Amino acid sequence: MSRLASGGQIDRSTSVSFSFDGKTYRGFKGDTLSSALLANDVRLVARSFKYHRPRGVLTAGSEEPNALVQLGMGDQTTPNVRATTQEIFDGLTAESQNRFPSLKLDLLSVNDMLSPFLSAGFYYKTFMWPKSFWEKLYEPVIRRAAGLGRLSGKADLAQYDKAFAHCDLLVIGAGPAGLMAAMTAAKGGLDVILADEDFIMGGRLNAETIEVGGMRGSDWAAATVAELSGMPNVRLMPRTTVTGAYDGGTYAALQRVSHHMAQAPENVPLETFWRIVADRTILAGGAIERPIAFANNDRPGVMMASAVRTYANRFAVAAGRKVSIFTNNDDGHRTARDLVALGVNVVGVIDTRKGSAATGNYPVFAASQVIDTKGRLGLSQITVRGPSGTQTLDTDCLAISGGWNPSVHLTCHMNGRPAWREDIAAFVPMENAVPGMIVAGAANGEFSTHAALATGDAAARAVLSDLGKATAKTTLPKAEDAPVSITPFWHVEGGKGRSWLDMQNDVTTKDVKLAHQENFRSVEHMKRYTTLGMATDQGKTSNVGAMAIMADLTQRSIPETGTTTFRPPYSPVALGALGAHGAGKSFAPERFLPSDALARELGATMYEIGLWYRPGLFPIKGETHWRETCDREMKMVRSTVGITDVTPLGKIDIQGKDAAELLDRVYCNMFSTLKVGRVRYGLMLREDGMVMDDGTSARFGDTHFVLTTTGGAAGEVFTHLEFCTQVLWPELDVQIFSVTDQWAQYSIAGPKARDLVNALIDQPIDNESFPYMACGDVTLGGVKGRLFRISFSGEQGYEIAVPARYGDALARALTKEAEALGGGWYGLEALNVLRIEKGLMTHAEISGHVTPQDIGLGKMVSVKKDCIGKAMSQRPALISDEREQLVALKPIGDLKQFSAGAYVFNKGAAQTLPNNQGHVTSHGYSPTLGHLIALALIKNGRARMGEHIVIKDHTRNIEAVCEICPLVHLDPEGEKLRA
Amino acid sequence: MRIHCPNCGPRDSREFHYRGSAELIARPVPDADQATFLNYVYLRDNPAGPHRELWLHDGGCRSWIVAERNTATHELLSTQLAVDVKRGEA
Repeated sequence: MSRLASGGQIDRSTSVSFSFDGKTYRGFKGDTLSSALLANDVRLVARSFKYHRPRGVLTAGSEEPNALVQLGMGDQTTPNVRATTQEIFDGLTAESQNRFPSLKLDLLSVNDMLSPFLSAGFYYKTFMWPKSFWEKLYEPVIRRAAGLGRLSGKADLAQYDKAFAHCDLLVIGAGPAGLMAAMTAAKGGLDVILADEDFIMGGRLNAETIEVGGMRGSDWAAATVAELSGMPNVRLMPRTTVTGAYDGGTYAALQRVSHHMAQAPENVPLETFWRIVADRTILAGGAIERPIAFANNDRPGVMMASAVRTYANRFAVAAGRKVSIFTNNDDGHRTARDLVALGVNVVGVIDTRKGSAATGNYPVFAASQVIDTKGRLGLSQITVRGPSGTQTLDTDCLAISGGWNPSVHLTCHMNGRPAWREDIAAFVPMENAVPGMIVAGAANGEFSTHAALATGDAAARAVLSDLGKATAKTTLPKAEDAPVSITPFWHVEGGKGRSWLDMQNDVTTKDVKLAHQENFRSVEHMKRYTTLGMATDQGKTSNVGAMAIMADLTQRSIPETGTTTFRPPYSPVALGALGAHGAGKSFAPERFLPSDALARELGATMYEIGLWYRPGLFPIKGETHWRETCDREMKMVRSTVGITDVTPLGKIDIQGKDAAELLDRVYCNMFSTLKVGRVRYGLMLREDGMVMDDGTSARFGDTHFVLTTTGGAAGEVFTHLEFCTQVLWPELDVQIFSVTDQWAQYSIAGPKARDLVNALIDQPIDNESFPYMACGDVTLGGVKGRLFRISFSGEQGYEIAVPARYGDALARALTKEAEALGGGWYGLEALNVLRIEKGLMTHAEISGHVTPQDIGLGKMVSVKKDCIGKAMSQRPALISDEREQLVALKPIGDLKQFSAGAYVFNKGAAQTLPNNQGHVTSHGYSPTLGHLIALALIKNGRARMGEHIVIKDHTRNIEAVCEICPLVHLDPEGEKLRA
Repeated sequence: MRIHCPNCGPRDSREFHYRGSAELIARPVPDADQATFLNYVYLRDNPAGPHRELWLHDGGCRSWIVAERNTATHELLSTQLAVDVKRGEA
């Protein structure tokens, strides 16, 4: 065990049992998976992405490139979980990734031997030929060998949530700067949210032995958090990573709600995706320590110096028994002092700087470098090159400190480019990179504890005064204020073996040199060519080092070479969290007809039409094929009476002095001349002259119309009318209101339609008093309803509407009376063929590409008035006969079925696109006519009646000779309609 | 992005739908020539900077809004109800 006897922010009274790769271990509450594994001397935790190199824990935070594990088993397993941030709980099971068959014996590590052939760009250059091999052979093999964790392939049953939060000030990061900022702002009366990705707030104060205000930093942090948690205007959000900065002070944040629980309480989600809207933001996200590249720097046991301190001070874990340290700055010596104080053997600090000296009881190798390491499955030895030659040191943990990179990530999300600061050898955020955001503490290059506290406080004061709040004087707690002492040093030259930069994507210094050699010298090109920084950690520990090497190679300064840029999310976000409440029924809510229950009782086959569920067929006993049902329903309508639910058709109530004027302007034909009590068919155009929608409008009074739309265009038409009444003509005295859901409406069609209507309405009607295209108020058993004499089938037809709450009752009454007349329900299949027989259109024909002329309604465009789309519809090309015109088709000879979308060609012509004459739009079998029928848009079609053409569906391999026929197959004089 | 609806206050942009340039307000007179209508229907400036545009608050009060937005920064410079803008111009 490497657990230290005392100390740490772990609960030694609560032992936790967990398993890794099938073996059971124990840790304490407060441990992360990585600290618990290190406490159990488990150093080998992963195999690398490309070369399958043995890897260990590198860091102690979300920047971790190596220690990714598969969490949980079976269907609900989660891949690529960072062991460094995952809290352990009783029963946690984790598996290592990307190894076969085991971590210690990974057969795919043969890739490592082949590495001379697997450098950057290898795949691009090698797997080019033969082209057809890529999809079938190369890609599957490469994907199997390379990669991270694996998904189960099963649906993710975890519960995710999404939420909004609003505040005056969002403080990101709860280290010394963030805590100080939150405290000053909260005392000044601001509504504050403090978010931190860790489960204990305090940032580096929990990982260091630094004193703040006369007490240990972690104690000061705990006391400050306790005080903040008692303030009503402060919301603390631990385990919450702010993942993105967006326009208007909107931030995305991922809260890990129950990842740390063995069993989440009911209705507690796994994660919540937050959108936090903040007036102002203080970014206090700290900094990330960066490594130094040297040969074989990726062995388990090579760690960041800051991580070694975190494990020692916060988790009471010695990362090694003989620890060595490689540094280019004073911070590395801090690690040595801390470890010595805890009784851990420090074999030496290798400092690249000349004249560096020990600040405690440990050996120092000044002006020296680590040039190689040994230990295949775990570090055992390092080779040190110094002024007096080369020597080896036995060590099982090498702590590296190459300096600190401020966490500038969020400041890049809105195009901010970080700026290089020579004195600290690091990028710092550009000023005002994100509107409303101030950066404080280490995130802004202020590395001392005092500077963090001071800049956090100053940032909060700036926000307070900006928002017009008074500020009291703050007494800053006393803390160290050590200056940064660093001599930039990025990589060791002259070592044997590869020096890793990006450990997650297995990118070495050699790959960067190769990119340079092959002229991928811009940072953006180098990144894409080598894949450096493109793994799930976004190169948090590797980007700056790679840029420094490229700068060396091109003999430019780092800022001249380029800047790093980061995009959201800061750390990976599960798609399940982004899509919270966006799956299943939440993705597509269901809309049910007033007659839905009845239709299902009758055994109807329900179709999904948009959000609506509508009956497609009402099969009866003995029917084995949908066509049987459809044909029977059609014959029923044509011989007796049929009922169908047309509630989904959009209904818009239009009232006001200028109601008729509005309709004149939005329909291409005239409505102001329509008499009260009458209905008219109308065609609505877009301003570009194309048909938008069609439907009927009924006039119930001088100032009152009810407009109907097709089911699919109900929303579009209503929005269009809002545009017209608000944007174009607010002077019109008219109000519009969507009443689609308020009225249940049934279509009644067939020779006995009037008999059925009269069986239900209180005052019977006849053909004279209520002729074709009449409308009026009726009562049904005292219930006020509306009756329309309109038809979508060519039969004598009515539509009857009642308030939606009476819809079910009316549907049942209609069923009873219709059955007495030999009629009944018909579905969408029959409705569709009925209207094709009559040459009536749906959006299969009004597809957005057709003009009134195309569909034979050019004369409807009134010459007496203006309307939307009139001017553009008269463009010469749009009224040309060369355009495709709507006609009907019938097959000549043998054809099993038409195909919507089939091309039309002249007989004998090559069936190629340039010869295309048009396409089939709708089709069906007409039991009335005894043959297949179709509608089609065909070039100059109306002048080609009787001509034989060929339809061809290349996908379904359908080909047939057809005759072009007049649009209306049935009852062209409309005698049935008016009967 | 946040859009300040004159009726509902600052709201998340997901509540709105974008229509396009606010030039659409100025529909040509009915007897305008075809070139004028062509310009109205199709030809738009694409400025990098302040741009007056139409948004529909369809997840809220269903008002059409004229917003002036800096297309380079997404800063919302002003918003007005389209009804008021149109009446003001008339």
